[in-house]
Amino acid sequence: MSRVERATRSSRIGVALVAVALIILALAPYWGDRQTLRLLAEMLTFAALASLWNLLAGYAGLVSVGQQAFVGLGGYLLFALAILLEVHPIPAILIAGPIGALVAIPVALLIFRLRGAYFAIGTWVVAEVFRLLASQISVLGGGSGISLPAAVVIAMAPNRQMREFEIYWLALALTAVVLGAIVLLLRSRHGLALTAIRDNEQAAQSNGIDVWRIKFIVYVLTAFGTSMIGALIFLQKLRISPDTAFSVNDWTAFVIFITVSGGIGRIEGPVIGTIIFFVLRQTLADLGSLYLLMMGAVAIAVMLWAPKGLWGIFAERLGWQAMPLRRHLMLEKKP
Amino acid sequence: MRDASLLNVKGIDAFYGDFQALFDVSLSVDAGQIVAVIGANGAGKSTLLKSIAGLTHPHRGEILFGGAPITNAPAFDVLNRGIALVPEGRRLFPSLSVEENLLIGGQSRRPGPWTLARVYELFPVLAERRHLPAPALSGGQQQMAAIGRALMSNPRLLLCDEISLGLAPIVVREIYSRLPHVVTEGLSLIIVEQDIMQALRAASHVYCLQEGRVALQGPAHALTREAISAAYFGV
Amino acid sequence: MTAMQWFNVVLQGVLIGGLYAMFASGLSLIFGVMRLVNIAHGDLIVLAAYISLMVTQALGVDPLTSLLLVVPIMALIGYALQRGLLNRTLGEDLLPPLLVTFGLSIIIQNGLLELFTADSRRLQAGAIEIQTIQLTQSVWVGALPLIQFVVAVAVIAGLQALFYKTALGRAFRATSDDQSVAQLMGLDTRHVFAMAMALSLAIVAIAGVFLAIRTNFDPAIGPARLIFGFEAVIIGGLGSMWGTLAGGIILGISQAIGAQIDPGWQLLAGHIVFLAILAVRPQGLFPKVSG
Repeated sequence: MSRVERATRSSRIGVALVAVALIILALAPYWGDRQTLRLLAEMLTFAALASLWNLLAGYAGLVSVGQQAFVGLGGYLLFALAILLEVHPIPAILIAGPIGALVAIPVALLIFRLRGAYFAIGTWVVAEVFRLLASQISVLGGGSGISLPAAVVIAMAPNRQMREFEIYWLALALTAVVLGAIVLLLRSRHGLALTAIRDNEQAAQSNGIDVWRIKFIVYVLTAFGTSMIGALIFLQKLRISPDTAFSVNDWTAFVIFITVSGGIGRIEGPVIGTIIFFVLRQTLADLGSLYLLMMGAVAIAVMLWAPKGLWGIFAERLGWQAMPLRRHLMLEKKP
Repeated sequence: MRDASLLNVKGIDAFYGDFQALFDVSLSVDAGQIVAVIGANGAGKSTLLKSIAGLTHPHRGEILFGGAPITNAPAFDVLNRGIALVPEGRRLFPSLSVEENLLIGGQSRRPGPWTLARVYELFPVLAERRHLPAPALSGGQQQMAAIGRALMSNPRLLLCDEISLGLAPIVVREIYSRLPHVVTEGLSLIIVEQDIMQALRAASHVYCLQEGRVALQGPAHALTREAISAAYFGV
Repeated sequence: MTAMQWFNVVLQGVLIGGLYAMFASGLSLIFGVMRLVNIAHGDLIVLAAYISLMVTQALGVDPLTSLLLVVPIMALIGYALQRGLLNRTLGEDLLPPLLVTFGLSIIIQNGLLELFTADSRRLQAGAIEIQTIQLTQSVWVGALPLIQFVVAVAVIAGLQALFYKTALGRAFRATSDDQSVAQLMGLDTRHVFAMAMALSLAIVAIAGVFLAIRTNFDPAIGPARLIFGFEAVIIGGLGSMWGTLAGGIILGISQAIGAQIDPGWQLLAGHIVFLAILAVRPQGLFPKVSG
């Protein structure tokens, strides 16, 4: 009987590599120093943010330059829940997800009225509105922001080292869950629809796929994940302010650079891009705004001459995939 | 004698996406000549005109106009050299009025006899509707406007892609009755037509395409009905 | 507050609405001609302000005179930018132009930051900044805001005239309608697009200089100007230039009223009105009905 197979040799290698990586990363507190843990946690959260942005823009075709709205929302939800309602930070992170998704629903209903690049600017406006609203909330520090109270910090763990281990493992777990969820989504029926939308939206529509509904669901789910990660990011930073929470540079420009340079529209892209980004950052960090300038130039160059990103170059040429996502029809040989 | 022609298409292969539409097609047009290209749907007639006009470029072969190669020239360059296309389906600019459509046709400022006044003389109905938006015209009037627009560029060679398409026979006859006025100053014409009788009446030379190949060519008066049928349908 | 005071608030809103309409018209012009939304639009406005700063410092002229240089410089930048970079991004896919102009936005902001630091600047226009003009018995307006509003209306009227009465405008409209048939008419669309961008940046130059006289500017204020322009376009309705003016005015009035209620609400008020219009009348208040 003919059957559909997903795995290829490269994807089997990929899955094995991911499993090994996960084990090594889980043991990081035992082999890495404090600085390494912070760096790894940062890389993990960026990989997660970029993967979510990739799902939105590279698969669903929704280019958002306003995801910082949900990063900041998640951050502020953490601080609000912890400070005002005395919720322990870890459940607070988990609660930030569904609340972020709930907020995303009316937002989506509004901005889905805009198409293409106007949609993109619309997402930016929403992020601006969130930022301005946050500045008005005086119990959370208003325009200058607020620090996480010592009591909340101590509630996490008795000493600093345990706290840092906890936050690191949280980052690892959250990133693994987000990436795992994305892989599962793409393997599912909905994932097939998304890939069809990615390849040719009109054709997908005429094949009966309810494009609007899928985009809506993806937008809300992405907000879910982004809010949780935002909460985690600001738990690590211990301080939040409207400008840092809703920063376009940090949460959109860097994320876009990561996804585009790694390879947009492919699941491996954001991960590769994160590595590229952090290598560049470590080597060029002291250049200040010149570094951002170069990043912008590289992003433009990639978009014009290597639009599939670094991973895309290999994947197209060699047919690689790191995760078993593709579907091959294996026809049975006649006896 | 061949190389004194105005237009010389030599052995072109042309593609419509991934699909090969023309196989080793050759054609020539002399100054002042009217050439008809006939053939069934999908025979490659439109692709031939688009290749000449520069909207698409052949993968093999060459196209010479006045002796100079235009094989890979972009469409705007081809127009500026003196070849104007009346596209299939008219394709007037919907945001522009009739007169603005004509004026845009003349924006290349090529020297020649065709002016706004002269186009209105040729097609008086357009003068009456000059300020209406192009989509407000009937099919036949739009076709006249499209022809007028192409004439405004003072071409040496006019390409007409299926001007009878979707029009009532009486309208088609009216338009074709104006064509001789158009050709008077040595303007050459290639007309692509599904209406074979109309094509044979208007042209002096005929090419018949069948599935991307030239199945038959010759002076219009010399081709028999049987020969044309055979070439057209490939029987 | 008295009725007269509210009237003044609204009047100020109307006047700055003209500036917003200028931001918007450059944006919607290129969207109309080539379906490109330039995310770097706001940063280009700021770039124009800095160019004016350099011209006024180097030549010792006032900002309004510097326009004689700044406008052609920006137009040239626009032509080169479109021809050299942005034309390559045009096509079916919406991602490349969006991401390239976003990258451009980052480059301009950080380039300006490197060259000029984050210090706040202002262009000094001299005595005209404090002059007022009496409109009616009890209504006075600043000369500069009034001039800027009149210029804005003139720019929009000029654009209308250009689009509907000149050969270039015909070329713009034809190319926007049907790119390949425009090519058949002998129009080099690469050139047409570049001319549209040059025109857009010429308007940006005027808007940038007026902005810089009016308020403090630094490399980071670009995105907010983009957003104001964008909101004005959406409120007014796509495709209509006078609609864009109306959109700018409504935005300006909303912000002015918001600021009056509470200074921190100035920007929010504008955004809320924008979102409200998006909710109840997404096509805008005065959309052009396609023929």
